[in-house]
Amino acid sequence: MNAPTLIPDFVNRKSFIELDARARAQSLFDESTSKELVGPFDRIESPWLAKQGIAPQSDDGCIVIKGKIGGLSAVAIAFEGAFQGGSVGEVSGAKMTAALDLATEDSEAGKPTAAILLLETGGVRLQEANLGLAAVAEIISSALALRPHAPVITIVAGTVGCFGGMSLVAGLSSYTIMTREARLGLNGPEVIEQESGIDEFDASDRALIWAIHGGEQRVGMGLADVLVEDDAGKIAAAVRDCVHKGVPEKHRSEQVELYRARIAALDTSSQIDLATLRRQWADPQGGVR
Amino acid sequence: MEKIEFNYPEAKRLITKRAHVGVVGSGDMEVLLEPNREEGAQVFITTSVNGFGDAWKAVFDRFFSKFDGAVRIDINDAGATPGSVLLRLEQAVEVIEQ
Repeated sequence: MNAPTLIPDFVNRKSFIELDARARAQSLFDESTSKELVGPFDRIESPWLAKQGIAPQSDDGCIVIKGKIGGLSAVAIAFEGAFQGGSVGEVSGAKMTAALDLATEDSEAGKPTAAILLLETGGVRLQEANLGLAAVAEIISSALALRPHAPVITIVAGTVGCFGGMSLVAGLSSYTIMTREARLGLNGPEVIEQESGIDEFDASDRALIWAIHGGEQRVGMGLADVLVEDDAGKIAAAVRDCVHKGVPEKHRSEQVELYRARIAALDTSSQIDLATLRRQWADPQGGVR
Repeated sequence: MEKIEFNYPEAKRLITKRAHVGVVGSGDMEVLLEPNREEGAQVFITTSVNGFGDAWKAVFDRFFSKFDGAVRIDINDAGATPGSVLLRLEQAVEVIEQ
């Protein structure tokens, strides 16, 4: 029998979401140009987790890999969402800050080094409280120092998403790449429900969550830049594009007046319709450059 | 949290490579496998689940009944089942022997 082969593309694609953080980071680099810095065998673990009866991880859930992307110098910093929800602790935060600072140093010395942040994280690691908060502040200041010299590119692929303090880091990056499965927001659905009640946000309503935090809506509103399929090849291509584009003329987070005016213009007397919001916000001089 | 150690002095074959597999996520664990600086093989386990020393012993007795490399194995565990533990160990061996 000569039945036509009807194998849809997604059967053969290499999923990015199914990779762990290390494999995700490695998949972005040109072949055999990448090397890991402060890897698991260096055993820089969190000193705080064991004291609270929690098994640590030998890389503290933060993977730093340096190499070339599209022939240009780059460093990828990936958070492992499966370990403590990808949370930022003292060690993982210090690794990220140090990697960003080294990229800035190299960039200032005439070798622009882009940073790619793979964020699958709920934000600060609650077990490391103030140290995690301090780490987020340091990461933000280091990312701001790098972005005039080389692009800071955030990827939120899923399925953890990017929330809390680290969503601020995504917000000030030069480009943000998302999949439809990914979510990005300051407060996660559970947090909003817990703080403001189920009338404000029903955290069990998945359609609502993705309509607000999901990649399609975020890119549609111009709060993220590129919507990509869950495909390692396509995501790597999107990252190469962003690296080659270089530093944007104006970062989204520099457009304070524009966003202030937009928020002031919102009509909150009735429930805002998501499709309308997308139409209103995604104009050419909006977040999308 | 519990720390467990085992020694397998009979495992003497020289190993030159090292492997890191797995994630310390719920029901999973990470394995760091590398050439041992001491004689024989040594296993160091940090697990967030207490009271399963005998189960760990049984898994490693079985593992070292087939594997004879002089390795140091470090494990950070977040509640992997014995089956998952063996699979992760076999995956690590695959990495060093490919």
